[in-house]
Amino acid sequence: MLAVLETRTIFGGETEAARVIFYLLALATLLLFFWGIYRRIRVYRVGRRPAGWRWLRRATKYDIPDVTARPGVSKSAAVIAANRSITKVKKPVGLAHLLVFWGFIGLFLATSILSLDYDILGNASRIVTGHTYSFFRGPFYLGYNAVFDLAGLLAIIGSVMLALRRWFSREPQLDYTRAEIPEGGYSRSKIVLGDQVFMVGLLLILVTGLLIQGLRIDGEGFPSFERWTWLGWLIGKMFASFGVGAASARSAHAWLWWVHVGSALAFIAYLPFSKALHILSAPTNLVVSDPANIRRLPAPPEGAAGYATFADFTPKELLAFDSCTKCGRCHYVCPARTAGAPLSPRDFILDLRQWSDRNNQIPLFLDSEDRPTPSGPLAGNGPLAGTVIKERTLWSCTTCMACVEICPVGVEHVPTIVQLRRSLVDRGEMDPTLQSALQNISTQGNSFGKSARMRARWTKGLDIPIPDARKEPVEYLWFLGDFASFDERLVEISRTLAKVLNSAGVSFGILYEDERNAGNDVRRVGEEGLFEMLVESNMRAFEKADFTRIVTTDPHSLNTLRNEYPAFGLDKEVLHYSELLAGLVYRGKVELKPLGRRVTYHDPCYLGRYNRVFDAPRAVIGASGCELLEMPRNRTNSFCCGAGGGRIWMDDSFLEERPSVNRIREAASLGVEYFVVACPKDYAMFSDAVKTAGLEESMKVVDIVELFSEALIGADLVEA
Amino acid sequence: MKIVVAMRQLADLVEELEVNADGTDIDRDFVKFVSNEWDEAALEEALCHKDDGDAEITVVALDEPDVDQTLYTALAKGADRAVKLTGHDPEGWIRTGDRAAILASWLERDDFDLVLTGVQAADDLDGQLAGVLAERLGVRHAAVVVGFHDADSAVQVEQELGGGTVAVSSLELPAVLGIQAARQTPRYASITRIRQAQQTQTIQEVEISAGGSLGGTVRKISPPKKRGGAEMLEGSASEVAERIAELIRSKGLARS
Amino acid sequence: MAISVLVLSERIAGEHPEATFELLGKGSKLAKQLGGELAVAVAGTDYPVQELGGADVILELAGLEAGAYAAPIWEAGVAAAIAASSPRVVLMSTGTVGLDLGGSLATRFGGQLASYVIDLDVDGEEILATAQLYGGKMLAEVALDSFICFATVIPGSFPADDGRSTGSPRVERIEVGEKPKAVAMAIREPETGGVDITAAPMLVSVGRGIGSSDNLELVQELADALKVPLSASRPVIDSGWLPKPHQVGKSGKKVKPSIYLSFGISGAPEHLEGMRNAEMIIACNTDPGAPIFEVAHFGTTVDLFDLVPELTERFGG
Ligand SMILES: Cc1cc2nc3c(=O)[nH]c(=O)nc-3n(C[C@H](O)[C@H](O)[C@H](O)COP(=O)(O)OP(=O)(O)OC[C@H]3O[C@@H](n4cnc5c(N)ncnc54)[C@H](O)[C@@H]3O)c2cc1C
Ligand code: SF4
Ligand code: SF4
Repeated sequence: MLAVLETRTIFGGETEAARVIFYLLALATLLLFFWGIYRRIRVYRVGRRPAGWRWLRRATKYDIPDVTARPGVSKSAAVIAANRSITKVKKPVGLAHLLVFWGFIGLFLATSILSLDYDILGNASRIVTGHTYSFFRGPFYLGYNAVFDLAGLLAIIGSVMLALRRWFSREPQLDYTRAEIPEGGYSRSKIVLGDQVFMVGLLLILVTGLLIQGLRIDGEGFPSFERWTWLGWLIGKMFASFGVGAASARSAHAWLWWVHVGSALAFIAYLPFSKALHILSAPTNLVVSDPANIRRLPAPPEGAAGYATFADFTPKELLAFDSCTKCGRCHYVCPARTAGAPLSPRDFILDLRQWSDRNNQIPLFLDSEDRPTPSGPLAGNGPLAGTVIKERTLWSCTTCMACVEICPVGVEHVPTIVQLRRSLVDRGEMDPTLQSALQNISTQGNSFGKSARMRARWTKGLDIPIPDARKEPVEYLWFLGDFASFDERLVEISRTLAKVLNSAGVSFGILYEDERNAGNDVRRVGEEGLFEMLVESNMRAFEKADFTRIVTTDPHSLNTLRNEYPAFGLDKEVLHYSELLAGLVYRGKVELKPLGRRVTYHDPCYLGRYNRVFDAPRAVIGASGCELLEMPRNRTNSFCCGAGGGRIWMDDSFLEERPSVNRIREAASLGVEYFVVACPKDYAMFSDAVKTAGLEESMKVVDIVELFSEALIGADLVEA
Repeated sequence: MKIVVAMRQLADLVEELEVNADGTDIDRDFVKFVSNEWDEAALEEALCHKDDGDAEITVVALDEPDVDQTLYTALAKGADRAVKLTGHDPEGWIRTGDRAAILASWLERDDFDLVLTGVQAADDLDGQLAGVLAERLGVRHAAVVVGFHDADSAVQVEQELGGGTVAVSSLELPAVLGIQAARQTPRYASITRIRQAQQTQTIQEVEISAGGSLGGTVRKISPPKKRGGAEMLEGSASEVAERIAELIRSKGLARS
Repeated sequence: MAISVLVLSERIAGEHPEATFELLGKGSKLAKQLGGELAVAVAGTDYPVQELGGADVILELAGLEAGAYAAPIWEAGVAAAIAASSPRVVLMSTGTVGLDLGGSLATRFGGQLASYVIDLDVDGEEILATAQLYGGKMLAEVALDSFICFATVIPGSFPADDGRSTGSPRVERIEVGEKPKAVAMAIREPETGGVDITAAPMLVSVGRGIGSSDNLELVQELADALKVPLSASRPVIDSGWLPKPHQVGKSGKKVKPSIYLSFGISGAPEHLEGMRNAEMIIACNTDPGAPIFEVAHFGTTVDLFDLVPELTERFGG
């Protein structure tokens, strides 16, 4: 080998014509690519920017670090790099995606380096100096091949795994059946085809890439330095062993090169017009998504009650639509969908995207639904909330946050659902039972329609005094919430908690008739005006009282008090009673005797997923000497009882199986006798579900404070 | 068509009511006042007519606790005008005769085709407003109305007679109707809308001095004797059945 | 003897309503106390005379044809009867006719009126009425001292049997001179099928204690015998044993019948929310500690499967 030239030719057929054709094609591709992206970004830019709007936002002083603080860009980048949002549930799928992700990044890098050397450096130097410079030679060339061959192999392995799953798996996530079946039917065969095109396209690029490498090495007669190109070498040897000689390898290389380059260019051009868009939009969306958004709902658009037109959506929301990969995870975990309600968070996002694409005339290729009779997102007119997304669909959401939690690309479904609900509320379109609950809340401050003055009636018959926080200073202001104050079954538990706090020497008091519904669910129903009214009354009540921190029995109240009230001036720490009880245990304030029961624990959505309180209730259970058997769906993956987001005030008789019943059956399969809850609404929902499931004999619903008080030594609290 | 909806405030029945010091009225100092539920139905039916065609709706109410809230809510729901009649003691018990007299004296100056009001209110000790008001105005009326449509100079009215039987009649306009139920549950006015109405619309106030006695003298008001749980019927199935049968017959609900 | 009490029969077609006999029974006592006669005003001429033996005089309101109803026409008729008989007391029920005519006639004749009356008495020169206020949360004692007094009485306040005595009342025909500007058009009977449990005077209500949908027939028979609709607690609806319009409670209908007869319903707060305002609640539940007994007026712990057939039998089922 004279003047060892450890490099290779770049083109298939080294002719001037080929070069020109390639550059023209590449130019056209890039133009198409950037135009495709531009046309979507242009649409995002139409979006409404609420006051204080920023793509990237640092945590403000109101953020309670653990739940609403925004991860910095570097943290988001780490999540993206590790595909953590994808791997967190389905490990093998996540791994396969990780392989494809890094494989392609590698290959993209490889192509970029090559382009930098040849197209830019090479051409520029030739024009300027008349001499073509290149660094694509020598050891660099060898290392380059060795590394990027690995990338190619990983990408192929990942792609094949994903393709096999797509082709053979029967997982419900991959099923594109809608939750709400439109009258006249629908077809999503284009979407299915789009998936195949995407996958087959990727495989084609990868496989042809490897094959041309092999053919090239074969055609060049296996120069020994090409051993560094280990995969290409192997493939070349394979060709050789099939009897493909150097000459035929060279001609095969010439045309296969065009297949490879052609499909790669086509893919790049196709990207912003198809499902492949997520390659760009998803990571961007992960960076701009904001955990505060769901815990502290955004205000309605200026001057409007809720979302009614396209211009009401924020750029982030529009980007989120484009980020959805239809992975179906949210569809799968959604309690509404599971119960047979016409809501699937996936369909919600896809419908909005299709509607937006249609409105803005930027349809995606092979990524849309067809309907024989136009309806929903395809209907020409009709209100956004009501026609594009059906009322029933919007009302089905329990705001349980399971979808947001699981979405690998950071879509925030719930705030958008609430924005649409707001316009339904504005038009007065809702269940009659919901309407009367809202009316009760606005006149009496509670959903039960009981007189506000009856709020503290549960204290009657207690032989311990319940201090009035408006009259004497207390450490903990106990905010009970409606259910713990008014529901006949739950007031008993409230009394138990009062006795426990009293005997543990906790300084606490209540607001008596001044407490109002905290408004968490009112806000999530979409009744923003009423929410504000409730906040104002509660803030007035707080001002009358003298306390250090708030403890609440209700996780829903906890969420709004902790995350939403600060914007209205509340600057006190807010705890859940499980945190207070756990604190008593940790600080050795109480002594518990082991009860020795087998129990399971249900994480309330607003306590667990929303506010990340997982361990305190478990600590209480542990401290009372009970053996905790976890249900398969626990902690962040807990399954909603079906009561949240105002659902407790709406008719649920149309559901095939109420989420609470589904959940109780899950618990029953563990063979536990006690179903422990830490939320008054859960107590009501699951007591009912135990009966519906016919499990009254074998399972008992208990509140953690009931366990706690039973285990508490030296106090006789547990009579009836 | 010009529809006037006469609305009123009433002590909220969810409240625990107490008797005042001299025992002739409830203690009004601490109760919460809400709008009469049947008046809400009357308003809803008026709004449905407006949705269907050309009705112009005026809501009118006497000054009573929290009445502004009710009037603004009506405006938020789509009423065109709200009028508050003053000149009486807003804190006391306004008996039906006085209420009708005040409304009649205002209505005599205002132009209307139909007056809608709730068929009854829980403190109608002296009779229901619709008939009394109509008599004072010298116009036709009907109570327990579950539906109506207007036909030129008359209104065709459906009245529920009980057990689902409906009487249909035609009354020459103007007329006063006591509404039992609207065709749909009263619509919801979001708080946001009500607040908007408060900022952008005004309640017209008209001072009226009028009165008309109709009821007798209230000697005393008292809560009925408290019952403490069920009276348990003991004995065999057949004995218990006999007791229950008697109870049913005593309510006049079955003959055999 | 002068007529001192006038009862209005609210019969528009068919039989005299039960309330008419209740008023006749009470009316005859009042008439005695006032030392006058009891008259009953009846629409049209084609009515069952013999049933009105409790009255001394029947005032036939000519021109008020049976089979149709319009408030102004009736108002003119009854006004003519009042003018002709000058009673001290006019009694009607708080049914549609009474709600229609009570206030307007009292206003027309310058008399005093008491509504939602559950008891009546004569106290010297005054008529003493006990009336319900605030949905029965309060009772008011009202003294009426006008020369003509009106009362609209809640059905069921007096025993009807007292008004069913035999006798041979005189019949007087009342001509109506006034021409009301109204036309009585038709009476429409309810469509069979869709139930409205909120309108029924009585409900037979069933809960999960019934066990299975097969057993539902048992209570259905009782409901049929009583000619009242069947209602239910939510589990019964959820199981698909009865359609949704039958559900009582928080997420169902709020009902307020005169009698609520419940079988196998525990009385969960969501259920009570829908029926606690019923006038009389009779509960059957084998568990003596069932919360339904807190709100019920009468209760029994007899097994519903024993009790229901016994009851059906008693009502000719
Ligand atoms: C948000 C929400 C809304 C709800 N809305 C409603 C609603 O609108 N309406 C409603 O009814 N419920 C509603 N519920 C359900 C409610 O909590 C109760 O679960 C339900 O009312 C119980 O119905 P039940 O009394 O028929 O059944 P159970 O509570 O199971 O009672 C059955 C009773 O039958 C008795 N019994 C058994 N056998 C016999 C026998 N042979 N003879 C006599 N008695 C017998 C038993 O002692 C028992 O007390 C709601 C629940 C929730 C959480
Ligand atoms: S919040 Fe829960 S109920 Fe609502 S769409 Fe998401 S998963 Fe479904
Ligand atoms: S919204 Fe998220 S979780 Fe749901 S289908 Fe799209 S990418 Fe998957």
